[in-house]
Formats: sequence, C-alpha cells, structure tokens
Amino acid sequence: MPFIANSDADRMAMLEAVGVKSIEELFADIPQAKRFPKLELPEGLSELDVMREIESMAAKNVTASTCAWFLGAGAYNHFIPAAVGAIVSRGEFLTAYTPYQPEVSQGTLQAIFEYQSMAAELFGMEVVNASHYDGATALAEAVLMAWNHGGERRKIALPAALHPEYKGVIKTYFAAFDVEFAEYVGGPANASVDATTACVVAAYPDFEGEIQDIKAGAEKAHAAGALYVVHADPIMCALLKSPGELGADIVTAEGQALGNAMNYGGPWLGMMGATAKLMRKMPGRIVGQAQDAKGRRGFVLTLTAREQHIRREKAVSNICSNQGLVMLQTCVYMALMGRNGMRKVAELCWNKAHYAASKIAGTKGFKVSTRSFFKEFVVKTPVPAADIVERLSRRCIVPGLAMSKYDAKRPDELLVCVTEMCTKAQIDLLVTSLSEAAGEKTNSRFGGEAVK
Amino acid sequence: MKLDSAARYRSSHEFVRKEGDLYVVGLSDHAQAALGDIVYVEMPELGKTFALGDSFGVVESVKAASDLYMPIGGKVVAVNDALGGDPALVNRDCYGSGWLVKIEASNAAEFGTLMDAATYEKEAGKE
Amino acid sequence: MNLMPEKLLHEMSSPGRIGVSLPECDVPATPVPAGLARDSLKLPEVDELSVVRHFTRLSQKNYSIDTQFYPLGSCTMKYNPKVNEQAANLHGWRDTHPLVGDEFSQGALELIWKLQESLREIGGFAAASLQPAAGAHGELSGVFIIRAYHVSRGDTKRRKMLIPDSAHGTNPATCTMAGMSTVPLPSNSEGGVDLDALKAALSGDAGAEIAGIMITNPNTLGLFDRNIEEIARLVHAAGGLVYGDGANLNAVTGVFKPGNSGIDVMHFNLHKTFSTPHGGGGPGAGFIGAGKDLVEFLPGPIAAKRGEKYALVMPAKSIGRMKSFYGNFGVLVRAYTYIRMLGATGLRRLAENAVLNANYLKVKVEKHFKVKYPRRCMHEFVAMGDIAEGIHTLDIAKRLIDYGFHPPTIYFPLIVPEAIMIEPTETEDKESLDAFAEVLEKIAQEALSNPSLLHDAPTTTPVGRLDEVAAARNPVLCYKG
Repeated sequence: MPFIANSDADRMAMLEAVGVKSIEELFADIPQAKRFPKLELPEGLSELDVMREIESMAAKNVTASTCAWFLGAGAYNHFIPAAVGAIVSRGEFLTAYTPYQPEVSQGTLQAIFEYQSMAAELFGMEVVNASHYDGATALAEAVLMAWNHGGERRKIALPAALHPEYKGVIKTYFAAFDVEFAEYVGGPANASVDATTACVVAAYPDFEGEIQDIKAGAEKAHAAGALYVVHADPIMCALLKSPGELGADIVTAEGQALGNAMNYGGPWLGMMGATAKLMRKMPGRIVGQAQDAKGRRGFVLTLTAREQHIRREKAVSNICSNQGLVMLQTCVYMALMGRNGMRKVAELCWNKAHYAASKIAGTKGFKVSTRSFFKEFVVKTPVPAADIVERLSRRCIVPGLAMSKYDAKRPDELLVCVTEMCTKAQIDLLVTSLSEAAGEKTNSRFGGEAVK
Repeated sequence: MKLDSAARYRSSHEFVRKEGDLYVVGLSDHAQAALGDIVYVEMPELGKTFALGDSFGVVESVKAASDLYMPIGGKVVAVNDALGGDPALVNRDCYGSGWLVKIEASNAAEFGTLMDAATYEKEAGKE
Repeated sequence: MNLMPEKLLHEMSSPGRIGVSLPECDVPATPVPAGLARDSLKLPEVDELSVVRHFTRLSQKNYSIDTQFYPLGSCTMKYNPKVNEQAANLHGWRDTHPLVGDEFSQGALELIWKLQESLREIGGFAAASLQPAAGAHGELSGVFIIRAYHVSRGDTKRRKMLIPDSAHGTNPATCTMAGMSTVPLPSNSEGGVDLDALKAALSGDAGAEIAGIMITNPNTLGLFDRNIEEIARLVHAAGGLVYGDGANLNAVTGVFKPGNSGIDVMHFNLHKTFSTPHGGGGPGAGFIGAGKDLVEFLPGPIAAKRGEKYALVMPAKSIGRMKSFYGNFGVLVRAYTYIRMLGATGLRRLAENAVLNANYLKVKVEKHFKVKYPRRCMHEFVAMGDIAEGIHTLDIAKRLIDYGFHPPTIYFPLIVPEAIMIEPTETEDKESLDAFAEVLEKIAQEALSNPSLLHDAPTTTPVGRLDEVAAARNPVLCYKG
C-alpha cells in the first residue's frame, strides 16, 4: 500500500497491544449494515502509471506556454522567476501547518510578516492580513466588513463594470442578509450614495480596463459616512497611485498576478488591507511582531480574538485557512522583484498594452473603447468577437475574452490583455491576425504561425 | 475574588456603582481573572443610549473575547480613555482606575434588581 | 533547526539591487500621465542570492511533516506525497486559463469531473462540487444550501442550526455568515450527541425553527457517534437537514459512507484526508457532496460529462458562485493523483491504519495521561495535560518541542479541560509512535521531578515563548522603517 509504512507484522504486534484480534473490531461502533461498503472505484496504480494518465490529461489543454497569449479578464499570464518555485517547494515550507506554535514556525511567520509589510506598501494601507481564498472572496469579505461596520445602513454601491464572477460571489455571500445593491455606471463618483449607504465599492481598473477617478469616489463615500472599498490590480499599484493614497478604507486584490500560475482558476490569493482604524474588524489571520523573555524578536499570530476558533458565532468571518503557500509565492516574488523589478514589470505591461492598443485602433474596422487603461482594454470588433477568439485560438493566438461570454448583448467586443510576457512580434502578429479574421488582407510578413 | 461592596452585579459579570448623579460600569474581578491579560477594550460611542442587557462593547484577551452587557439602561457620558493605552488597568484595578463607562441611568430602579456583592460572590463561585 | 536570528527583507535592502533579470522594452514607450503616476514605492531591493539564502534559512526554522512527527489532532498531518507535486506542476495545468473555453480545457474538466465522481463515491453522495476553496468554505456552501432548500419550499422560519458543544469554531461562525443563529447541543457521557437534548430541541414550536444540525462524525473527540442514523432520523422527522463536517473523514474512508446514513450535505477537506500539502496554512480545497434532494443547489460551475466531452454547468437552483472560477484546481490535481495511487483497497487501508495507529498510541499514552473518553477511539483521541500540580497542557506542548516533536492540538475541543488532541495518521511507522509515547512518559516524569524544564520550554528553538499579550496590546503588523 503506498505511503503506509507499517508491515503486516507491525500491525499484528499493534493489534495485540490494543487487545483486539483484527482491525475490523476497531470499527464496531459503525452500524453493522453500513460497515465496509464497496467503493466503486478502480484499484490503485503505480506511480508511473498515475503520472502517465495525468500527463495525458494535461496535454489536452491549450496553454499560455505554447500560444501567444492576450487573454486576461481576471487570470493573468505574468512572468514567474525560477527562484519562486524552488523556494516554496522546500518541504519545511510545503508541509508545515498553520503557525499555531510560533516557536517552531518562525519561518512561516516571518514570511507572512514580510508579505504583510510589502503588500501594505504596495496598496498604501496600514494593515494587511495573511490572505483570503482569492480576490473575489476577499472583496466579498471586505464588503461584509463594511456591512457589519455600517450599523443600520443597508445599501451597497457596486460598479456595473465589476468582474461578473466577483459580482456573483458578493451576491452569494449576501444571500441571507437584507441588503440593497445599487450599481453605478462609469466611475465611483457616479454612485448614488446617501446616509443609508454602508459601502461604496470601486474597481481599479474596472472590468472594461478603465482607470476611473478613484479619489472622487472616496470623497463621495466619506461625505456620506460610508466606507470605501477599492479592488485593485496589484501589478498596476507599482506604477500608479496606490488605493490608500486615493482614499480607500479597505483594499482588496487578486494576488495571482504576483508570482502564481493561472492554474485554471486556483489556488490563487485574496489580498486585503485596511486602515489602522479597521484593524480589529478585519477577518483572517494577521501576524505581529513580538519578543520572548530574552528580548529576541519573533513573530506570532495576533489579534486572534477576532477569529472563529475564539469568537465562534460572533467571529467576523468563518475563515480558518489562509492561502499559505500561495502567499509565500507572492512574498518571494515581491522580494525578488523588489522596488525596481515591480516597477519595471508594470512599465512593460503599460508600454506594450498602449502599443498594442494604438496599432489595433489603427486597424480598419477596429476601435479601442477604453480611454485610460493599464494592461487591458476593450476593442470593438467588426465581426462577432467570439468567432475571432475561436478562429485565432486554433492558430495558437488567444486574442482575449469575448465580452459575450458574460453579456450576450455585447457580441462585438473583445477584452484584450497585454503583459510583459508578450513580445512585439506577438503583438504585431495579433494585429495582423485580427485584421485577417475580420476579412481584411494585409501585408503581413509573418504568416499564420505563433512566434514565441 | 475581590468585590466592591457598594456595587451591584449582573450575572454576565458587569458591575455598576452610583457616583453622584452618574453610574460607573465595569467588569468584575472574577471576570477579569478568567479572561486573563486583557489586550483591548472596544468602547461605545459617547452619547449613545443602551437598554438594560444591550451589548455595549467587547473586552478581548489573547485567548477570549467577551461581549459587555449593560447592567442597567442609560446614556454613555464618559468612556475610560486610559484603557486605549493601558488595557491592563482592567486586570489591575477593575473597580477603580479600570472602570469602563459612566452613564446617566434611564431608570434608577433597575439598580435595585441586580445582585448585591454577597449574592454575586456565591453565584460566580459556582462557575 | 536554524537558531540564528534572521533579518527582515527590508533590513537586507540596499538601493539599486534587484533579484530578477527582465527584458528591455521592445516597443515605444508611452508616458504615464502625471496625475496617475505613483511617486514612491518603498519595497526592499535585494539580489537573488540573498533572497534565496534568506528564505532557505527561514525554512530551516520550521517544523514540518517532511522533518518530524506532527500529530496535530483534527488536522490529519499525513505524508504529502511528492508525486502530487510532480503531477500538479505540469505546464498543462499551470498555464491553463479558466476562460480559455471548454473546448480548449478538456483535460482540466476531465480531471475535475473524475475527482467529483471519486469523492462522491467515497462519501456516498448523489452529486458534488469542488468549487469551495477550503473546509470552512465548504461548510459555508453547505449551510447556504440548507438555507436555500428551506426557502425554496417556502419554509422561511427555519433559521436556527443545532450544533454540538464539541464542534469546531468554524461551525457557529459559518452559521452567522449565513444569517442563522446557533442552538448548542450538549454531549452525553460517552462524548456523542445527547439524544434527549436533541429531541427536546426538535419538539414543538422550537422544532419548526430548526433548519438542521451540523454534525462531525467521527466527532472532535475522535469518537464515532453510534447514534448517527437515529440523529439523522430525528432531525429529518422534524423537517430539518443534516450537514456533515468531514474534517475527520480519515477514520472512515472505505469503511463508512456518510451519505448512506442520513447525511444530506457534507464537506471534505482535501488538505486533510486527501494528502494535499498544508503549506504553512493553505491552500486547501473543499469538496461538497449533496444527497439527491440537494443536488440542484450545489455551488458552481461544476464539471459535467456529455458523451465523450466535458463541460462546465451551473446547477439548476445553485446557491451561486462561492469564489471566482471553479475551485483550487492545483490542489484538486494533487487529491486526484493521491486517489489514483491508493485506489479502492488503498482507501480502505488508509482508514484501517489510521485508526489502528491511533488506538495503539492511545494505549501507550493512557499509562501516563488521563484520556478523557477511554473507549475505543477512531483516528485520534483526546488526553488531558494537567498531570501534576502547576502543570498545564501548554507546558507539555512546549516541552515536546524540545524533544523534536511538533505538539498535538491543544485546548480543543473546548468541552475537555486541558485538552491534548493526538492524531498520528496512517503514514506514521510503529517506531515513530513508540518514540513519541516514550517522550510523553519522560515528560510526565519531568513534571514531577523537575517541572521547570516544562515551564521554561522550549529552549532549543530560535525564540522561546513569545509575549503574545504585549503583541496584541500594541500590534506591530508591518515593517516600519
């Protein structure tokens, strides 16, 4: 039996010590009729057979490692330095548990503290927690936080241009509560806000890629006594003003872009930061600095009274795990990139995206409708975007997300994402391919093959 | 356990004592000992009115967090600002400098319905 | 273990340094409008070698399954097979985008579907979702499902959930998030649900407000509640549903199917029973299984098989999305790999060995520590640490560290004073169990002969006991240059 160390002889000796004749006797408490049911599952395979099966499944996917990649919409193809994987695969990080015994978990705890510190600087916030499951649940929990903070206030203002998956999660999380969601179009200054508003949510940038006036939203929310929650692109925060600087009370982000593979949607990293005033209302684990009796600095889980294992039904959230290893990957990524690398990656995204947008805008039949953007923008297409996506994907150029995926009323719009992973040659190929897909002939020198 | 003979007690371990026109509310010695080292006290807003039994704040230690319930109804006219910098005052001197809030009672008769120190000592001792 | 103090990244920083090599920009630059641009970014500047050394040294300050016995009760710290890592790190998984379209992600959908099918077979459920990101997330899904079921039948008064007093803190916290209040149920003298109290809670008008019960079986005391079918019958008769917390599934794989004994909806923790690594606190993944009456309410999208093709579908009355996209896919790959390695017989042997290891260890530990419920346990048992005057469970735990063991779970469940919950798991060999029992015996003797060894413990770690009170009074949660 794989992974079980003891032999039959070991088990015989142990059964004797316990005072039973067979292992079956140990399960006498289980209702007899229900004991030892048949499992309609195949028998186990050897390691090499298992790998063969899994490799053959993995090979059936179309991946960013083999294609020119312009699809974002919540999952991003960014560069991950080799040292990230090498470090987190160390058994002492990979197979350690939650750091409840701080004396034997200083590796994990110090890494969390460093992550909190770097994320706080990136977002311009005073406190960052040790993470949520993903950006969508982090945002949902941030809205819950604002809801609980708001006393009798029932209204939540959401951007119409918030990622549809995120809207879905927020709606699920609020299903049991008497809440009123009001969507606003455009920037947060357009939100309808009054004394019954608990929270205004802004996306920075939004699902159209648009960078809205975040500061104006803060002013509007605060004038009405509401909390301001900003969901931000963490790579963009290295280049543009942080949400904290623009007036956010709570910041959330999807940390997948910071050193984590796309992995078909998870495990990802929900990042959350808040002002010091809201510190004790934050869900999730938080690490703080501490000292031992000899004055040695150490790190420890703190403010635990907020958490489920102590507060139980009065806890701010039921969250028990954080994203541990994923958070560590992001921590190592930010450590390797540092001030200079984070900035450079953001600049590469900015420059390449603006280059791509200007070339697409100059292509007959195509228009770029997002005015102010970072790495994603919406393109109006002369033929249905879903057709373009399907045709180009077969040629190993994945051109973006057809907006019709989430909104059937928008068949001619394509959300294009350009990161530091896209070369000029690939961008030029995308432009000519778009043009060909729309039925126009161009003088392309590159033909139809993806260039890596 | 230490007791304040001038105070009356609620079964949830808050005490209340008359001081001039106001009433001082705090946490009993029995409760602070059970909580352990107190790390933070969440206070209500000044001017807010609560009924008898309403939750008006939370007291946290490293291992526990307890809601604070009003022993009698009233309006909060003072909160102990010293607890922000030194929450341990509640552990060291719960009946004196570790007081929590001062209130204007909505109905002074409620004071008489609470346990006196001797009764509280017996009840709390059973826990 | 690395005992040297380690600087913070920020303290190692030096201006101009960088730990990566990035390409030059191959397109013309576009200026960033001044009104948008950030002025300063005070992140550390460290070279790659220093970063690698820093984190390598930090890793050496951790205890882990790869380095020692880690008998944390309720956490199932079994060996995390390396084949899981190899399987999960294939480029075909890592570089697949969730929105690339069903047609272009057939491999991923196939794996999700196969894992859904395997896990629901193990649990005895009609359908499954793998979207929840963790156990607590699965719990939240389950309680949302119960709520949605009652609401769909117009039964809107049912907003109370019965929860045994031995329950994990996530259970009541979950109820609050689902707009429900909790009704605690006492445990009987055998550590199971008190049937009389249950009957009382379900009777009359009170019973009409009960949405259901959240039950962990085996429970948090490591005991299998023999009355599980009666409990389910009683709750169903009163119109409620039964939620199963699968944290302790490791005791019953291939031995008992909860779905066949009245559990209507249940979560499994893939990072416990199914060997995915704990990673210092995550990521986990939660499976949620539903009986036939609740199948339509599952969170989604989930994977479905149509002929030879796989597709994403949303259940007809789904409670909605619990997170973006489809679940912690990278964790699902690991769990699937593990299940394929074990197969049907291996899954049964898993539970058999887990329960045998626990009982064997219990018999040895009982000689020196009182075990709260002396009857046969399942995969874990609860001992009590107050074995001498002035000695507490915390002291036992810290002294175990000096002997190179990670301490068991302490002070849980709440209904046992000075609790020490020990779960060896099936991947531990007999010598490891013998060594642990011997050390516990030694510590029991030290408690009497030289208690300061316990009170001062640990002394062989980079830091001793930390002043958590001061840390909570004046929180320092970030580096402040």
